[in-house]
Amino acid sequence: MGSKLIILLVIILGVIAIAQLVRVNELTAKHSGRREEDIPHRDNIFNANMMLAFMIFFYASFIWLMLKYGYTGMGPAASTHGVETDWLLNLNFVIIIAVFFLTNTLLFVFAWKYVKRPGVKAFYYPHNNKLEMIWTVIPAAVLAVIIILGLRTWNDITGEADPEAENVELFSYQFGWTARYAGMNNVLGEFDYKLTTADNQYALKTRENIELSLQKMLVGGPGEEGIQMIEDKLNNESVVMAQADRKKLQIDLSRKERMVRLLEQMALTYNDSIDDLVNDDVILGDSLVLLVGQKYNFAMRSKDVIHSAYFPHFRAQMNTVPGMTTYFKFQPIYTTSEMKDIMEDEKFEYVLMCNKICGGSHYKMKMAVTVLGPEDYLNWQKTKTTYDGSAWLNFDDRERAAKEAELLEKYKAIAATVAQ
Amino acid sequence: MAALAHDGHHGHDHHEESFVSKYIFSQDHKMIGKQFLMTAVFMGIVAMMLSIFFRIQLAWPGESSDFLNAFLGDRWAPDGILSQDMYLGLVTIHGTIMVFFVLTGGLSGTFSNILIPLQIGARDMASGFLNMISYWLFFLSSIIMLVSLFVETGPAMAGWTIYPPLSALPQAVSGSGLGMTLWLVSMAIFIASSLIGSLNYIVTVLNLRTKGMKMTRMPLTIWAFLVTAILGVLSFPVLLSAALLLLMDRSLGTSFYLSDIVVGGEMLDNVGGSPILYQHLFWFLGHPEVYIVLLPALGLSSEIISTNSRKPIFGYRAMIGSILAIGFLSFIVWGHHMFITGMNPFLGSVFVFTTLLIAIPSAVKVFNYLTTLWKGSIVYTPAILFAIGLVSTFITGGVTGIILADSALDIAIHDTYFVVAHFHIVMGMSAIFGMFAGIYHWFPKMFGRMLNNRLGYVHFWITIVGAYGVFFPMHFVGLAGAPRRYYDYSVYEGFNSNSYEMMLDLNVIISIFAILSALGQALFLFNFFYSIFRGQVAPQNPWRSSTLEWTTPVKHIHGNWPGALPTVHRWPYDYSKPGMEEDFVSQITPLMEGEEEH
Repeated sequence: MGSKLIILLVIILGVIAIAQLVRVNELTAKHSGRREEDIPHRDNIFNANMMLAFMIFFYASFIWLMLKYGYTGMGPAASTHGVETDWLLNLNFVIIIAVFFLTNTLLFVFAWKYVKRPGVKAFYYPHNNKLEMIWTVIPAAVLAVIIILGLRTWNDITGEADPEAENVELFSYQFGWTARYAGMNNVLGEFDYKLTTADNQYALKTRENIELSLQKMLVGGPGEEGIQMIEDKLNNESVVMAQADRKKLQIDLSRKERMVRLLEQMALTYNDSIDDLVNDDVILGDSLVLLVGQKYNFAMRSKDVIHSAYFPHFRAQMNTVPGMTTYFKFQPIYTTSEMKDIMEDEKFEYVLMCNKICGGSHYKMKMAVTVLGPEDYLNWQKTKTTYDGSAWLNFDDRERAAKEAELLEKYKAIAATVAQ
Repeated sequence: MAALAHDGHHGHDHHEESFVSKYIFSQDHKMIGKQFLMTAVFMGIVAMMLSIFFRIQLAWPGESSDFLNAFLGDRWAPDGILSQDMYLGLVTIHGTIMVFFVLTGGLSGTFSNILIPLQIGARDMASGFLNMISYWLFFLSSIIMLVSLFVETGPAMAGWTIYPPLSALPQAVSGSGLGMTLWLVSMAIFIASSLIGSLNYIVTVLNLRTKGMKMTRMPLTIWAFLVTAILGVLSFPVLLSAALLLLMDRSLGTSFYLSDIVVGGEMLDNVGGSPILYQHLFWFLGHPEVYIVLLPALGLSSEIISTNSRKPIFGYRAMIGSILAIGFLSFIVWGHHMFITGMNPFLGSVFVFTTLLIAIPSAVKVFNYLTTLWKGSIVYTPAILFAIGLVSTFITGGVTGIILADSALDIAIHDTYFVVAHFHIVMGMSAIFGMFAGIYHWFPKMFGRMLNNRLGYVHFWITIVGAYGVFFPMHFVGLAGAPRRYYDYSVYEGFNSNSYEMMLDLNVIISIFAILSALGQALFLFNFFYSIFRGQVAPQNPWRSSTLEWTTPVKHIHGNWPGALPTVHRWPYDYSKPGMEEDFVSQITPLMEGEEEH
């Protein structure tokens, strides 16, 4: 309470002080016959000098910020395309910082130099077509270079993914991420949001899940009334219900009947090969683990609202949109431990975060990302199981050693493509 | 013709008006302009306060503040700590009010109203009645927007761009309940106001110019207002349709923007819509909107820089050309807001190309301003200080646009503080500086009194240092990977100390500058309200300007000119013309024998 009073007091005193200063200023103006529209020479010179002083202060602050904060932060790009965009970004920065200094300097120096001086008349100079042509053509030429270089890189980044690339799905929801690896067949299982139940959070399409959803619609489950229950309720003459409640139930009923029709259609067109696609997928809720040098093609989807998968260190970002799959591909070039050395930070980790406003806990929606070398990645892979509960690396015991050695060789070859 | 109705003996026989018809339901463009200004000043104070609230959270996350608790109460700031939902609400309403109510309604509404009839030599707007309706719809929409702050579930919380599904689903965030409905209703009314106003401006400029006022003799302010109004008429209806479709998705069960959604454990049966459709509709307005905000500010500063450096604006025709080019291009660049939404990458390439083209007319404008100042004889009124400030922020904020328009570079910095820095400098600061410049310059015309210059100087220097201090460091925060609309940056805590500590440090600096520059605005408010009543009485033409508005009497009369309308003989920028006695020649002075027009 005390602090509030003090703040209030300071504000009131401040206003009174300004009022008094203005009064003094007015009285002296009246005394000397000065009028507001006649700007005194002193004021002109003061503002002109301030223009120069401000420019110096502005530039000094900019340089200080650049020296202190310009080279920290995200660190070097940790993906193949990121190296290219960083190079392009630096080139663009050189150009725009040059323009920034040039034009701001002209502005503030002119503002300082050409202040009104007694006896000097302004130079009547309404136009000069040649000059105007110059400053149309030069920016156009510079921009042409920027556009060509930019689009070349953009086409590389957004082009078709390499058929060798590993498919991983990023599933986003309020407020978290799940990764789903395509497994040994490198094909992601299908999904349909209508199959979402408490037991099938990712809405994956299998015969069992379709049955489960149908069951839930027809019979109901915990916390949800099935069609049967609703019909019973509506037809039960001994139940007294408000008109509005009845209406609500009827809407719910027709919605569920429509869902059932759609699910039945799905069951009809279903065939067993779809199960196989899902069954070898590997779902990770806590972190995303990548192999250094592997090309990844991320398919992204969202359960509820728009999110954005933002990997600052890989210079990668793509929105996840409900009802639509989006894609982004990249190839990590440093393992987490290499990046720790580069950043000189023992605790460094890559991160995936949400970068599209998605609700109250938006700022907490993140997932740890780890990039491993070949051996570590293989060892990690050995501990993971697929959707149907079998091991990710599901080899016969007899040939296990040979197959694993083969995989390791393959991973080493992949890692070698980005080795420094 | 409306002009005929106004012609003749207006001004001679005008009768005493009642308080209500003079100050409230006025149909006089000068009074309506002042009404817009007063409303905008009030809305501006509110939006600035909201930004201070969330800046306190960003600089000192999780620390208790009596100040927040006093304003937001236990509902939204329990124990003096801002709630994470309300943080989003504050950000959303701050953006909405600043973009639409201050910089669109306030800037264009105020100065188009005051200056169009006065600078083209008209008795009033083409339709005084519609003009009045336009203001009162604006007022009503402002009230609804303010009321939405006091709703129990909070105001809209989906960001000022209100992307669905977040804005469509009350289950997704509490602000998407009644708060969002009020937001949409308020914006629908606002758009109606803006459309009525814009149509009026266009008709007035095209039809009611006085004798001799050719299009190529109009001040650049009028050109800017005209193109702004055309942009508004062509783009705001698209936002209106986007808002109506969203209202239907929210209330009538349609699926324009919704498909395949499970939210809060509830499976929605909306299928087939696309949230990206909304973004296309929104940004089809959203990008022209940037220029709706910016062009009037550029127009005002062209006038002010020319008048106060006592030189004709350099390249008058190129300036008109660049206004038209910017206006046209602004309609085909909207996709640069959507590079990473999953939009077809080829379409992205097209938008890269068109967006970067805008840099050319913008560069022309900057160089023309610089050449106008060159070898001038600058008289430092507070107005030209702000106009020079505008040129600086237009450069500083403009150049970073080149990076953001480049889709390959945008990937890594999209939706980070780098973007926040960019548009606050190029659009926020520039437009606000243009608005301040306009207020300082035309205050004598509006209120018949002078503002105190020296307070104006202090106000300017605090504002430019403060505002750059707020927005310039944000570039670095963004390049370190700080997403916008984050309640705090604990996302980096513990495993990325470089980024995290830098964000903590810079956010404190930014917030301190924000608080300082907010306090600096008190000087302006004091000067503004004090001078309305107690300022020195203004002479007819205080800045020795050659445009028509300074030929009207200081005391406002209905119909603007006593007697006949003035006839225009020359362009508006005859400053320091060789062979002339004075350093300015009014537009109503006939050409001397053998004199070239320009």
